[in-house]
Amino acid sequence: MAVINHLLFNIEETAAVILFGVGFTILLLHRNLIKKILGMNIMDTATYLFLASKGYITGRAVPIVVDGGQEVSAYINPVPSGLVLTGIVVSVSTTALMLSLTIRLYERYHSLDLDEILILAKEEEQS
Amino acid sequence: MSRRRDDYETSMAFRFLQWLNGESDTLSRNMEAREAIVRPEETFEAEAAQKKAYGEELSRLSAENADKRAVLRARGIRYFQRFYKVMSVILCIGIILVLLWTVAALPPTGGADNPANNEVAARYIEKGLQETGAVNIVTGMILDYRAFDTFGESCVLFIASCCVLVLLRLDADSKDESVRKMIAESDDRLFEPKNDVVLQKCACVLVPIILIFGIYIVLNGHLSPGGGFSGGAVLGSGLILYLNAYGYEKMSRMFTEKIYKRTTLCALTFYCLAKSYSFFTGANHLESGIPTGTPGAILSSGLILPLNICVGLVVACTMYVFYTLFRKGGM
Repeated sequence: MAVINHLLFNIEETAAVILFGVGFTILLLHRNLIKKILGMNIMDTATYLFLASKGYITGRAVPIVVDGGQEVSAYINPVPSGLVLTGIVVSVSTTALMLSLTIRLYERYHSLDLDEILILAKEEEQS
Repeated sequence: MSRRRDDYETSMAFRFLQWLNGESDTLSRNMEAREAIVRPEETFEAEAAQKKAYGEELSRLSAENADKRAVLRARGIRYFQRFYKVMSVILCIGIILVLLWTVAALPPTGGADNPANNEVAARYIEKGLQETGAVNIVTGMILDYRAFDTFGESCVLFIASCCVLVLLRLDADSKDESVRKMIAESDDRLFEPKNDVVLQKCACVLVPIILIFGIYIVLNGHLSPGGGFSGGAVLGSGLILYLNAYGYEKMSRMFTEKIYKRTTLCALTFYCLAKSYSFFTGANHLESGIPTGTPGAILSSGLILPLNICVGLVVACTMYVFYTLFRKGGM
């Protein structure tokens, strides 16, 4: 019970972890390459949520200095925000790369099904 | 040069009438309408039929042999898929449970004494404004203290756009027949209603606003939320909207491949040189001669404003290039 209470208290992290699991399941169970990429993106989003919730401190403002007040107790942690930015950029790049690779695979094998592509590639290799 | 299509048989109106009468599907000729691949029940007949459709090499084998192999393979694939599904469900549930267990052991969200809120964050907040001159501490952090990390990010974007270019570009000067055919196919404006009035009027109003908003986000990166990455994405979306409304011919007057190459290269080189200089002087305790200005003014915080502009240019170009490459394999 204590564990469940703690999970409900850390609701953002719990949601992030469950989203991560959902993305991972999609990545493993779907054979359609586009759906695999979607699963990957859900995993990325879960990571951002986790990082953002790690940097949040209850009742504090965003780290933009107004009126020269620079007390540490006034602002949230700025480090995770920077990390989320890095994550978003890398996620955009990898998504574009994966999509273009998928387009090339489709042009060659006329299928988005990974198993089918593997079978066709193997046959091509053998012949 | 656009090809004129004045024969009635292939015109939009004729196809629309046909579609109204239910005789044909308008999209079937122009768009890729792929039949869904039905593979849940992999009976060996289906497998054999599929093999017949695909395999030229299978036709070389005798029919008897092929049947036997198809049966064996279908059975193997079926068993493997069942095993794979069960194992992946177990693995996923296991991963979720382990992660949930970890989350239960984490300190409570939003607590000020969490180990993540250590002296690094405190130092950024306390000294950030004096050392970088940026009111927005996150921008000061990512474009001053950790500027090389951000340079790496811009390079990741640039390299990703290069990879997409390598993978999807169709060479316009190619002699190869198949490539020529693909170029002709990818010129999708042949099939679209040209010069859509509604879209063009909307774009007329929206594109300047979007572009100005993007420039505002880029220039105010050190004063308010935003910065090079988000502003660049807004700028790129404005360019994409303009392209959709007015087509490649008009777009090429203000943005071509040459401009893309030069802009990206100049921005990345300037970023690298400027930040190298400031790190070199900083590490050797030299006077860098870059004023930080008054906090809150637009021309303040030293190198952050030019670096934000560089990042914004790279991101805008990359977004636009991704779009054009995915759409027709060229700029």
